[in-house]
Amino acid sequence: MIPALFVFAYLAIVLYIGIFAFRRSRRAGAEDYFLAGRSLGPYVFLFSLFGTNMTAFSILGSSGHAFNNGVVTYGLMASCSALIIPLTIFLVGTRLWALGKKFGFMTPVQMFRDRWECSHIGTVIFTVQAALLVPYIIIGVMGGGTTLSAISGGRVPYWFGGALVALVVMCYVFFGGMRGTAWVNTFQTILFLCFGAIAVIVIGSGMGGFKNAVDALRSAPATAALLSRERISPLFFFSYSFIPLSSIAFPHIAIFCLTARKMEQFKRTVIFYPICILMLWLPCCFLGVVANRMTDAPQIQRKLEARRELAAQGSQLTPDERDSLREKMGADDVLLLLLDRYAPIWLAGLLGAGIMAAVMASDSQILALSTMFTEDIFAFYEGKARFGEAVQVYTGRIFVVAVTIVAYVIALKAPQSIFELAVQYAFSGYAALAPLLIAALFWKGSSKWGALAATVWTAFAVIAVAVFQASIPAPAPGPPVVAWSLGGIDILSRTPGGTAVLGFMPVAPMTLVSTALIVLVSLLTRKPAPQTIARYFPK
Amino acid sequence: MKRTLFAGIVLALFLLHQDIWFWKSSGPFLFGFLPIALSYHALYSIAAAVLMWALVKYAWPSHLDQYASESDPLDGNKSARGVNTPQIGGLRDKED
Repeated sequence: MIPALFVFAYLAIVLYIGIFAFRRSRRAGAEDYFLAGRSLGPYVFLFSLFGTNMTAFSILGSSGHAFNNGVVTYGLMASCSALIIPLTIFLVGTRLWALGKKFGFMTPVQMFRDRWECSHIGTVIFTVQAALLVPYIIIGVMGGGTTLSAISGGRVPYWFGGALVALVVMCYVFFGGMRGTAWVNTFQTILFLCFGAIAVIVIGSGMGGFKNAVDALRSAPATAALLSRERISPLFFFSYSFIPLSSIAFPHIAIFCLTARKMEQFKRTVIFYPICILMLWLPCCFLGVVANRMTDAPQIQRKLEARRELAAQGSQLTPDERDSLREKMGADDVLLLLLDRYAPIWLAGLLGAGIMAAVMASDSQILALSTMFTEDIFAFYEGKARFGEAVQVYTGRIFVVAVTIVAYVIALKAPQSIFELAVQYAFSGYAALAPLLIAALFWKGSSKWGALAATVWTAFAVIAVAVFQASIPAPAPGPPVVAWSLGGIDILSRTPGGTAVLGFMPVAPMTLVSTALIVLVSLLTRKPAPQTIARYFPK
Repeated sequence: MKRTLFAGIVLALFLLHQDIWFWKSSGPFLFGFLPIALSYHALYSIAAAVLMWALVKYAWPSHLDQYASESDPLDGNKSARGVNTPQIGGLRDKED
């Protein structure tokens, strides 16, 4: 229960930060509430942008993935992000910032509407963006409930943990807006980076040194493969390189790029982003792998048994039995188990608070959704002109409350696995929407019809993958179930982990087709007026 | 020339991410415990940071700063223009 008390103290601190940010805001305008008055300094910008990108998945999910899949997790998800995310911030983020400063944009859809001279197509883009963002918010609330319940040893029930986390996030977003969210994210990122390093040392020493743990993993046939990537195909590995493109296309990241006081603030973020990824992901992935050595813990033992059973008898089991084993293999709690076992109680408490910090990253998504709704819908359809800017901010705050309540109610009733899948689709969906931003900012010849084609394709592809995976159960580890082949080539397959198109993850063809559509349809349709293009591409 | 050089370096670093040469081996182990698949990609992350430093140092888009500070040629007053009005820029057609 003591670690849970640390988490409660942590929640009180972030609540105070949000309310303090509210007191610091001197103006009541929309730009101040939604974008912190475009005034964030270099370190707050770096840490809060990084913290915004690092969700529960980065900490709990990465160690859980590494537990079951081995060291490949870092190369799959972290190192390609270390190149592509700062590169997109450098290329796209700086341009978004400049356009926001020049034209007063507060959301990507505002920019699309102006750049491509469209109105309702912007609403279609808003709808698809919002639909892909909502599962994130729900899973954040679920993560809060689950983590608090796990840290307190079950004494804090799931419903109460979820409600408490939702209430705290809602309060500091409601009062503090972007300033409060950015400050809280900065605090959270520093907390986790500092105590994460301490945890690695403590756990390593508790295990009798990492060398011993790794030697033991190497010598056991069941775990030796976790130290290499032999079980993953290079095509699958390559497909993952498309996923980090989603980062800049996420509205909360694009909107965050508009909050910098000066373009100079981007410099440190671009340079240090890969180092922050290294500092966070490397320990999480490595600890996830070595957790396989903690065989004397009954929880770990159960996960290992489920993995062995699925590998040995998976093909003879029914889909439901396989799903049940996969659920037992679920390892998002291995980091908490390691802390519980090897860290002193005060450190486990502090790290529990750090993990809670990552779980609570849904704050940025809630605020982004509120900004998008008030700017792209309420204000665009004359609400701001009719009722004024103060009502717009008020509407944004009401929206924050409404979204949080709806997310909490859904989180209580729906199984978490549904939303975990939805978040997977969201990454692919946003990666496929990235060509919109790139075309708008770098290609004079792009048109609104091209943008519409790419957006509709993205929505279609996300739904198609979801339906495909729902209609064909995941097979046992081993060869995939081929759903469509042509001339001896497997076009579409159901794999144990999802879907493969010509051996690639769906994100690869989704993004490539989206790019092709925006190019082809733009070439065939009318461009914006030369005056508009001249404003975006001055000579 | 500088742009082409940096584009080439970025492409090269991207290709180096697909390190199929270490695919099936777990060793050598950095510091005796970090498998090659992890240590290679940890070093890769540091290389990405160095590349980002070089981009910031030698290819920083400083022209965007000036672009952002210039007034919008269309109306010269971004704060009063109101980006949400349907008549934005005076150029929007309503076909969509």
